[in-house]
Amino acid sequence: MPKDELKAEFRLVGTRPNRPDGLDKVTGRARYGADATLPGMLWGAVVRSPHAHAKIVKIDASKALALDGVKAVVTRADLPTGLTGEDWNLQENTLAGEKALYDGHAVAAVAATSRLLAEEAARLVEVTYEVLPHVIDVDDAIRPDAPVIREGAADASVPPGMPPNVVRYLDFGRGDIDAGFAAADLVREQTYKTEATHQGYIEPHACVGQLGADGKGEMWVCTQGQWYIRKMCSAVLGLEAAQLRVTPSEIGGGFGGKTTIFMEPLSLALSRKAGGRPVKIVMSRSEVLRATGPTASASMDVKIGMKKDGTITAGRAEFRMQGGAFPGSPVAEGLYCAFAPYAIPALQHIGYDVLANRPKCAAYRAPGSPMGAFAVESLIDEMCRELGLDPMAVRLKNAVREGDTASYGATFGSIGLIETLEATAAHPNLAVPLGPNQGRGIASGFWFNHAGETSVTLAIGEDGTATVSVGTPDIGGSRASIALMTAETLGIRYEDVRVNIVETGALGVNEPTHGSRATFASGKAAVIAAEAAIREMCNRAAAEWGIEPEAVEWVQGAAQPAGPNAGKFPPMSIAEIASKMGGTGGPISGHHESVPDGFGASFGAHVVDVEVDPETGRTTVLRYLVVQDAGRAIHPAYVEGQYQGGAAQGIGWALNEEYIYGKDGRLQNTVFLDYRIPVASDLPPIDTVIVEVPNPGHPYGVRGVGETGITPPLPAIANAIHAATGVRLRHLPMTPPKILAAMKTKG
Amino acid sequence: MSRIHVTTTVNGDTVEFLADPRETLLDCLRDHVGLTGSKEGCGTGDCGACSVRLDGTLVCSCLVLGVEAQGRTVETIEGMATGGELHPLQRKFIEHAALQCGFCTPGILVAAKALLEKNANPTDTEIRYWLAGNLCRCTGYDKIIRAVQDAAAEMRGAA
Ligand code: FES
Ligand code: FES
Repeated sequence: MPKDELKAEFRLVGTRPNRPDGLDKVTGRARYGADATLPGMLWGAVVRSPHAHAKIVKIDASKALALDGVKAVVTRADLPTGLTGEDWNLQENTLAGEKALYDGHAVAAVAATSRLLAEEAARLVEVTYEVLPHVIDVDDAIRPDAPVIREGAADASVPPGMPPNVVRYLDFGRGDIDAGFAAADLVREQTYKTEATHQGYIEPHACVGQLGADGKGEMWVCTQGQWYIRKMCSAVLGLEAAQLRVTPSEIGGGFGGKTTIFMEPLSLALSRKAGGRPVKIVMSRSEVLRATGPTASASMDVKIGMKKDGTITAGRAEFRMQGGAFPGSPVAEGLYCAFAPYAIPALQHIGYDVLANRPKCAAYRAPGSPMGAFAVESLIDEMCRELGLDPMAVRLKNAVREGDTASYGATFGSIGLIETLEATAAHPNLAVPLGPNQGRGIASGFWFNHAGETSVTLAIGEDGTATVSVGTPDIGGSRASIALMTAETLGIRYEDVRVNIVETGALGVNEPTHGSRATFASGKAAVIAAEAAIREMCNRAAAEWGIEPEAVEWVQGAAQPAGPNAGKFPPMSIAEIASKMGGTGGPISGHHESVPDGFGASFGAHVVDVEVDPETGRTTVLRYLVVQDAGRAIHPAYVEGQYQGGAAQGIGWALNEEYIYGKDGRLQNTVFLDYRIPVASDLPPIDTVIVEVPNPGHPYGVRGVGETGITPPLPAIANAIHAATGVRLRHLPMTPPKILAAMKTKG
Repeated sequence: MSRIHVTTTVNGDTVEFLADPRETLLDCLRDHVGLTGSKEGCGTGDCGACSVRLDGTLVCSCLVLGVEAQGRTVETIEGMATGGELHPLQRKFIEHAALQCGFCTPGILVAAKALLEKNANPTDTEIRYWLAGNLCRCTGYDKIIRAVQDAAAEMRGAA
């Protein structure tokens, strides 16, 4: 559909009503992962390895089991054998087998009648380890003589002769890379590093699992995807998916980190051993930081060729990422995104996925993209300065447009990068004069977005209201946006739609709320389901009027004859049709399931002003601007919220957050005091501009907006710090001591 | 460990529970009193999700022992709306979209209410420093600050 065929005038889309779950969430009534209690419930606790890499010689749980009130202990011996591929990885991460692979790796779990008792029992489980050499840093882990995390973990992409911890290798590109660099006036190559950070959701992982000897089970859990929980727990425990019913709680943040399993299978395994009593497990913050998905750390070489006028002639990226002791770092995504905003004729990408003795990485908002952007957007800024070019003009000059082949091979459909950059350049923040020790940085960012398996059902109530059942947990206001689109389509009030996030038994398989897909995919499916219900309501009206269904149209929430030839009948409202549906053919509903096509990519650009204290090296963020293409903002306040939240996480990653390991391979910062995420007094107001280049693949033009926003802050802040101080930091986070040292060296 | 009988007032109601002396006030509220609106984000006093008032003082209930509540007055998020009427802060948080996941929200509302009782007309900076002990990972705080300001303005107007 061409852009101009999309409707642009709406009754509800684009308004900012109160979210449907707002009342529950401001009164403490909303029930999150740890808020459920069941009759006969036990508490679980997990025994974790204190070593980064160790052989498990013996597990002796006799002392724990001797405690009054301890009902079950589970070790790897209780789980099925013979799993392969990612199922094996998930099982090995759930409970260590022969070796503990990182500090915090689960080795056993206990269930007891109280939380305190379970914790005490966990301390009494005696594990004998034989400590092995470990490796933490990605550049150490890729050395040929590094301690080997696991033999045989490499996939077929890895050519023979590679270092032993390389498990995946990528090599792709286009054009003549040597000719590209030869055509440039300036060629620069630099190495950049980013450290692992945690998603930092404030709600720790929590679940209540129940599993009987008959293999039937239930689970209450905070997750981004109840079907993923079902699939993964079933695989790890050897259950049948249909026998496990997973109900998602309200979710206290996820950012990708709650798209997989950690202790969930343990609660089920403990329950089964404890005679089917439900088992609740709530992680501590230290467990969250030590054992749940941080993101990867990255070491990246980038080489770019640029002409004097700013035209980029060639780009080369070689990324090494470790995603913990298992394959799965987002090195591919990092490479795909790195040059995505630029139309560059010659490109080469090389990637290494490397194992290290760290927790299995999980998705974190635009996985891989922030790292790649840090390297590429920083180097482009460095080269613009060297050539005396305006970094905004260079980004515009090289920007990709509709129809261009993306750096990663796809063809861009309708995209809004140019519009985004132009809106950025026009923003008043760029005209604010800067004082001494202050600097301004800009950067752009990209995320593909995603559609994913989606199943939605809409049912018309007896009074003409509508219930929408969706499978994507609401992390940031998606109930509101789905209700708006549904009400808009049906022609009823926003308040007359209720959106429920349902359990796994209620719909076909849904992928999680991930990839920025909930408002796009569940929203699109809800609109199609509403259209199906509308068709049925038109049928009912047609039957009553004795005219053809094709002669009935749906206008403002009512069926009416389409034109003068169809007959003369007063409009029949949705309430009227619904009130008699029992007698006119039964319930009216609409359903849609698919992997929706047409998700559109989202580009963003950020501008940040910083001040660096020359005495301490401390960076203060003075002003922050996010400009991003939303396609169409269904509920603009929650779109802004995504932009602001992504920027805040990126600011934390840029300036402060990192996983810090001791020489013993143990994580040093395992509480929020030490793993410090941005607090309110660290941040300025975050200004936002929503650019709307409608996505023709969605009935209301939506693009996902959740992820792009975490990408530009890393390079934008590095660029701003350089502008303020003249020093270039190529290793995150840009902490005061690092900045100070760099300023001293520069003199 | 033998449990201790505790009698306390929570949101105006007298409640009794048996507390293990190692249990925090947060554990007791959530697991014994059945008030799960106060959240545990860290258990170490770093996130503020567990914020409650103890005899009027804003505290992290994860840093207070349950037995310390004996004979005292506790106010939690569940008591913030009175007689079915939301507190202006609660209303403004919804109106300004000052919550995404909502997990930090109970603690932030309890803390913000304590601020506005002390200082009816705070600056943005004062709000940001007052709430510096309440972590929010979703919002970037921008809309939270706006919501608190708007509630403060309304409360000043109403006074
Ligand atoms: S749970 Fe009490 S401060 Fe975090
Ligand atoms: S709204 Fe999610 S932590 Fe604040």
